[in-house]
Amino acid sequence: MSTIEAAAENAHDAHGHDHDHPSFLAHHFDTPEQQFDSGKLGIWLFLVTEILFFSGMFCAYAIFRMLRPDVFEGCSQFLNTKLGAINTGVLLFSSLTMAWAVRCSQTRQNKGLVAMLASTLSCAMIFLGVKAIEYSHKWEMGLLPAGLFTFDQNNPHPETDTHYLFYICLPFMFLLAGVVLWLIISLVRGNEFHVKCAKPLTVVAICFFVGIGLGMILESGDSSHSEEEGLEEEVMMAEAVELGNESVLQKISRDDTNSGAKSELIARARQSDTAGTSIVQEGQIISGAIVSVEEDVMTKRQAGVFFSIYYCMTGVHAIHILFGIGFLVWLLVRAVREDFNPQYFGPVDYVGLYWHLVDLIWIYLFPLLYLIR
Amino acid sequence: MSEHGQSKDGYDFAHPISIPLMLSVFGALLALTILTVAQASFDIGSLDIVIVMVIATIKAGLVMAFFMHLAYDKPFNVIVFLSSFAFVALFLIFTMGDSKLTSVDFEPKVDDEASEVSEVAVVDTLEQVAATESEQATVEMEETVTE
Repeated sequence: MSTIEAAAENAHDAHGHDHDHPSFLAHHFDTPEQQFDSGKLGIWLFLVTEILFFSGMFCAYAIFRMLRPDVFEGCSQFLNTKLGAINTGVLLFSSLTMAWAVRCSQTRQNKGLVAMLASTLSCAMIFLGVKAIEYSHKWEMGLLPAGLFTFDQNNPHPETDTHYLFYICLPFMFLLAGVVLWLIISLVRGNEFHVKCAKPLTVVAICFFVGIGLGMILESGDSSHSEEEGLEEEVMMAEAVELGNESVLQKISRDDTNSGAKSELIARARQSDTAGTSIVQEGQIISGAIVSVEEDVMTKRQAGVFFSIYYCMTGVHAIHILFGIGFLVWLLVRAVREDFNPQYFGPVDYVGLYWHLVDLIWIYLFPLLYLIR
Repeated sequence: MSEHGQSKDGYDFAHPISIPLMLSVFGALLALTILTVAQASFDIGSLDIVIVMVIATIKAGLVMAFFMHLAYDKPFNVIVFLSSFAFVALFLIFTMGDSKLTSVDFEPKVDDEASEVSEVAVVDTLEQVAATESEQATVEMEETVTE
């Protein structure tokens, strides 16, 4: 009964009808539960279309991986597993806070709801920040979709004038400046509602740069680990054996047509295997012909297609994160306005479902793209 | 559907899930993530894609059942949502089967960059074309002269 009374408190006073209903209940619904269930069915149908939409990209991935598994193995080495794993953790945590936010809205904990929505938003921003580091790093190396692919393994870090990271950060800098300005103006004017909205949003805007910092730390930790060569160089050299200062020969031998250099390299490798003696091991036949061509997959035609798929899948996912951020900001403002109560928490629940779906897709994307040996 | 007069029906429908349950689901998700990352450093051969997908599906199941409240939702919503996966499976199976039969021929094993041989061939054909054109021109010239 108490719920009914609570609902009646919210009723319109100046309502032209002969019946009372709470302000949040639309005319064409009998009860809040009916309203909630209708909305819920609607959001489930929307999520179905989302899954079918993403399945197209998963299908492209499956076909290309089925045809050329070696390309996927080769290219996956360029994706930083550490950054991917951190992003997975961040997104899972944001899912937790989102589920918690739904709980807060169901139990009328308005402060908790605002806090949970703000932390969900912050996690989303950290995710985008880490993503920005990943993308800008790859763009600088020329690891781009097929049409733009310019990666050269002999010169993996070419000098570029374009500061991709700066351009990605630019809109977020404007966002942060705008939110801070909004906070200051509303503080000066003493508008309490605006201050309450702008405070968590300032934290959210800062969190993008927290993500950038996090990504930079992880990325730099990775490059110091593999020293001068860098991760990608290491992979290329993997089969070329550790020969102290044979880098010129290694580079020459990478050309498959140069069979002489290649077989010399193999000979030297075997030589070094036999503890530094200057004679090739007995019984080993060193033929001048190419025994097996080590295919180089880092070309436009092959790696380019992998990176097309990579950018398409993660990019569309990132766009979904951006839309989610938009919806969450809307929820945050409404939560500050105290719109939600145990009879009307539908919007929080619906956005929550959408957010969990975005998380769900990342759960599949992470192992499929980052964890290929 | 409840009548207007009845009190509690249609108003008390929020079923908040308990905080310990949420936290334990989150813990399980994190543990499974660490497991997927860890298994990548072992060489399990061709099984790894299966293992990775099984772990991802368990994680997805946890998220759907508890974070998305599917375990407590109306059966109809569950059917609607899960049916989408059936259609995705149909889509993938048919497309993959089709491309397995046909696309292999279109996917070159070695990157074919413009080799010297083909360039020579192109030059040859171009010269041939030029030669025939000039022949035709001379024939036409002769024709006009005879006229």
